[in-house]
Amino acid sequence: MMDFLTNDLLQLSDSAIRFATPLLLACLAGLYSERAGIFDIGLEGKMLVAAFAAGAFSALAGMSVDDGGWNMGGAAVWVGLLAAIIASIIMAMIHAFASITLRGNQLISGVAINFFAAGITVLIGQYWFKMGGQTPQLHEGQRFEPIILPFAKSLQDVPVLGPVYHDLISGHNIIVYLSFVIVALTWLILYRTRFGLRMRAVGENPGAVDTAGISVVKLRYSALIITGILCGLAGAYLSLGTAAAGFGKDMTSGRGFIALAALIFAKWKPIPAMWATLLFGMLEAVGSKYQTLDLGFMVLPGQFMQALPYILTVVILAGFVGKAIPPKAGGEPYVKER
Amino acid sequence: MKLLKTLIATTALVGAATFANAQANPALIFDLGGKFDKSFNEMSYTGAERFREETGIEYREFELQSDAQREQALRRFAQAGNNPVVVAGFSNATAMATVAPDFPDTSFVIIDMVVDAPNVRSVVFAEQEGSYLVGVLAAMASKSGTISFVGGMDIPLISAFECGYAQGAKATNPDITVLATMTGTDGSAWNNPVKGGELTMSQIESGSDVVFAAAGGTGRGVLQAATDAGIFAIGVDANQNYMHPGNMLTSMVKRVDEAVFNAFNDVNNGEFTAGIQVMGLAEDGVGWALDEHNEALITDEMRAAVEAARVAIIAGDILVHDYRTDNTCPVE
Repeated sequence: MMDFLTNDLLQLSDSAIRFATPLLLACLAGLYSERAGIFDIGLEGKMLVAAFAAGAFSALAGMSVDDGGWNMGGAAVWVGLLAAIIASIIMAMIHAFASITLRGNQLISGVAINFFAAGITVLIGQYWFKMGGQTPQLHEGQRFEPIILPFAKSLQDVPVLGPVYHDLISGHNIIVYLSFVIVALTWLILYRTRFGLRMRAVGENPGAVDTAGISVVKLRYSALIITGILCGLAGAYLSLGTAAAGFGKDMTSGRGFIALAALIFAKWKPIPAMWATLLFGMLEAVGSKYQTLDLGFMVLPGQFMQALPYILTVVILAGFVGKAIPPKAGGEPYVKER
Repeated sequence: MKLLKTLIATTALVGAATFANAQANPALIFDLGGKFDKSFNEMSYTGAERFREETGIEYREFELQSDAQREQALRRFAQAGNNPVVVAGFSNATAMATVAPDFPDTSFVIIDMVVDAPNVRSVVFAEQEGSYLVGVLAAMASKSGTISFVGGMDIPLISAFECGYAQGAKATNPDITVLATMTGTDGSAWNNPVKGGELTMSQIESGSDVVFAAAGGTGRGVLQAATDAGIFAIGVDANQNYMHPGNMLTSMVKRVDEAVFNAFNDVNNGEFTAGIQVMGLAEDGVGWALDEHNEALITDEMRAAVEAARVAIIAGDILVHDYRTDNTCPVE
């Protein structure tokens, strides 16, 4: 039992953090958008575009000039990250333009973004790299390397806390740490700043915000820019921060939708969003580690274990965890005068 | 209206011309992992490209995006007069069984699965034999006494890889532990390098120091995770040794390219035969890859052992159990 606690649980939690990071970033991205009153089911598409941009630009920046690259060495990974954020913001702005300025249907715009992303990434990828939509394998300097926190090695032998610090907390890449910082930042912005207050208000009652003389349009656009940045980070994590080491067709594989489910589960609040995505990450980690789980009286088959995150999603969305009330003005385009 | 008539006339003419000039008008369908998966599908592409270079005959191709397209793609190519129509991937068996009888004059080839029809050639590989060899190498290279396997989709075909690998390893070192994980249960399992990497890390944490990936595009993440952790990895289908020199112990090569090339060529020469074609070690259909990227990792002792196993399997002295025959594996 002790062995299970120290070993397996640590490994599982470690794995859960890695699985949860892109979910958490996407979930927070959705939080900004939906709290400002814009439904965003295009998280998946934005992440995918970002993952592609990250993989493609990091590869280009790291390639030697002879191969058609820019030979930027260790800076390549940052070029990739920047490209991911820019690409994702562009997609977010398309969504914003369609749903805020043109007052179009936000769900349709989101779906369109998902389809557009699935197609355009492979198309450009094939045109640039001739590898069937993949980007070249990334090497050192083109990927985020794990960060070993100070004293991790020397404290390893301290009972309980040592392994936790060494195995669980240390050794992730920068985006993982950043995502947890962003949780705290989001809480601060949402509940302790004027911008946060206005953003929450604009998602509940845009008319009131407008009456107070604050631009609804501007607020919503700002919120969607933040959504773009966060989806960019999530996408960059997938292609630059995992063993995929590059972009592959449809590599987000539904994470954007799981993130949306987590957002509803978390009732559109940042700290619960962190716990919700960690829970999803944990389920995925358990499903990966134990392909079949022997409970003693029965054996759960692998299919069940792998379906766990999705089963949980259905359970959550069916409303078993209490009433989740979305921002009141969500999905409604704001029209100044009726 | 006139334009339409001209258009129809031209199309008819072009169609007739293709039939008259070339005997083969081949078409190739790639499975879900994608054409450039650096593995299974890319091998069939290589075979088709070789045919094009040698004969100058162009071929048509289609990359499946979803399960729903399987039958449609086969039917389209057959209707368009393509011959042979080659499809790589076990999942196409049902579609092939439906479509093939409707086009009795078209030659069909399916790789990795058996379809019983008078105009279908089914090419199956003895993956367990090649996997046995890399299992021998893995057991000899492992210092920790634990090796592992990451499969793509959880199907008997992939279990045959796993089972052959385990048999080879256990025959070399009876005390060795073989961990095995499958990526998933649907088509996306061939294309999920993020998860592949995660599975590998989990196996490494459990002590594995050699990992064998039989997972299509997912393998990319497996090989990268192994390289990041500084352990050995074994590639699959294509020779993947070049991907991470120094960490790639070897690759279990499966000559899908030969199967595709032969299919195209046989129809072109009027020598097409239907029925089951087994490609094992004896036919050089499977094997292990040795090149400049991994020769430093393979000791003389390892080379001798794997060569002895190869000869013994061909001679029938070692019988490698095929998981697909009874869906069980004799070793755990």
